Amino acid sequence: MLEYISIIITAIFVNNIVFAQFLGICPFIGVSRKLSSATGMGAAVTFVMVLATAITWLLQDLVLTPFGLGFMQTIVFILVIAALVQMLEIILKKIAPVLYSALGVFLPLITTNCAVLGVAITVVQKNMNLGESLVYAVATAIGFTMAISIFAGIREQLARTDVPEAMRGVPIALICAGLLAMAFMGFSGIKIG
Amino acid sequence: MNDKLRILFNGIIAENPTFVLMLGMCPTLGTTGSAINGMSMGLATMAVLICSNVVISLIKNFVPSKVRIPAYIVVIAAFVSVLQLVMEAYVPSLYATLGIFIPLIVVNCIVLGRAEAFASRHGVFDSCLDGVGIGLGFTIALTLLGAVREFLGTGKIFDATIYPEQYGSLVFVLAPGAFIALGLLIALFTKLRAAK
Amino acid sequence: MKSTLVNMVLSLGIITVVAAAALAGVYSMTMEPIAQAKAQKQQDAIGQVLPGIEFNNNPAEEAVEVTIDGETVTVFPARKDGQLTGAAVESHDNNGFSGLITVMYGFNEAGDITGYAVMQHAETPGLGSKMGEWFCDPAHSIVGLNAKSSNLTVSKDGGDVDAITAATISSRAFLRALTLANQAYDQFTAQQ
Repeated sequence: MLEYISIIITAIFVNNIVFAQFLGICPFIGVSRKLSSATGMGAAVTFVMVLATAITWLLQDLVLTPFGLGFMQTIVFILVIAALVQMLEIILKKIAPVLYSALGVFLPLITTNCAVLGVAITVVQKNMNLGESLVYAVATAIGFTMAISIFAGIREQLARTDVPEAMRGVPIALICAGLLAMAFMGFSGIKIG
Repeated sequence: MNDKLRILFNGIIAENPTFVLMLGMCPTLGTTGSAINGMSMGLATMAVLICSNVVISLIKNFVPSKVRIPAYIVVIAAFVSVLQLVMEAYVPSLYATLGIFIPLIVVNCIVLGRAEAFASRHGVFDSCLDGVGIGLGFTIALTLLGAVREFLGTGKIFDATIYPEQYGSLVFVLAPGAFIALGLLIALFTKLRAAK
Repeated sequence: MKSTLVNMVLSLGIITVVAAAALAGVYSMTMEPIAQAKAQKQQDAIGQVLPGIEFNNNPAEEAVEVTIDGETVTVFPARKDGQLTGAAVESHDNNGFSGLITVMYGFNEAGDITGYAVMQHAETPGLGSKMGEWFCDPAHSIVGLNAKSSNLTVSKDGGDVDAITAATISSRAFLRALTLANQAYDQFTAQQ
């Protein structure tokens, strides 16, 4: 139990996917102008990340490793994620139109969200078992959602301030992200158990 | 000839992937702790970009448009895996340093973006040039960012000491410095382009 | 090109097969160099951590795995004409600042530390990453300390070793790996 808590705290705060690992930066910058779309993106990423990690972990364990096909990892994982996103889009549209209208626009963007592939590869590299991998995926996704939501809140305020012309838009947003990352460094070194 | 040069330089200034299009931010921030790492990452991406651009412009007429994106992803992923294997064999320490960002070239928006926006509409030679241009633009941006961070953080550029290390502010080598340095560089680039 | 089911499946299938075949080819070509690069790294590290120790065997070939408290450590014994003269020990600790660190330590027959080489780490650049130079810098070197008689913890914890400035967690991990290596070496020599 303790090790799961440790994984959760580490993935959300200490080793936050955006601020410490630099993954998923594109949606972090691109979809954070409004708080509502940021939380939508966060939810969509959570959904896909957990499913993708489960499937890729099983594939790695049941197919790639036993048959010595480790070198096919990158190509298999990205295809699984791309196919998964496509299928989710179709299924959600059919059975959960409400969810689809909330998450739908973000789904195509997720294929090229490196956080999803990044987590799938990381759990294999760190030799996590299925339970740990899923906990890690959920916690990482929560960390991402939290990061992008905080950031969107800041950017909504930022839009109303008078920023020097060359700094407008992405530059000032990046500098704010830097300050946020600095705040998150305060969590570093925390160990549970 | 002029046209070819324009394709080449387009990627370096007018459509610089980092400073103008702002694509591929993850490796841009994650691997630029030093100038040499930034440059290596840029060159690795450039290699994949050139190969995938060439192959995609070769096969563009045989791929049905509905499945072109998955087809492009397979091509790109194959080149990335080849790059992974070659790097692990011949430059293992560099491979260890860049770590997870090598397989993640697959999802670098620049590579798929150029496949879709350029290689699927142009000839082989032009696509190759576009790959070189965009790749160079990316490499220059990453090297520059790496050099700035290394200089401010540790007083070195390419491991050559400029001023004593203890006067450096280490935060620029750490995560926050990546965001801040990139923000300032983009602002500077925007300013310079506006002044022209 | 117009999309029909047949040509969609066909084109994707062909591309995938060609990509997989090409990849398998490159894999079989690079398998040898990858194994060689790994062996070379290990060989270099063994040579590096055993300066001044005479041996005429190949420690990598005689590697022995020793288990201490559930952690497996690899001992590479150095022998001259069959007589043990020291050993390189590849040890690790999972609680560095950013997780796993792997270090190769060298010991002579008396248990003095002859050297070390950091094999793998993800510590913070400029702080924990300094462990490669810090502990062999004459000002706070561990090289030459006797692993049996010294207290191998940081001075903050009452030990004999100065921690890396602002990187106590990395230093502790480094020293825990060293202690583990020393225990493994002890156990190994007891079995000889």
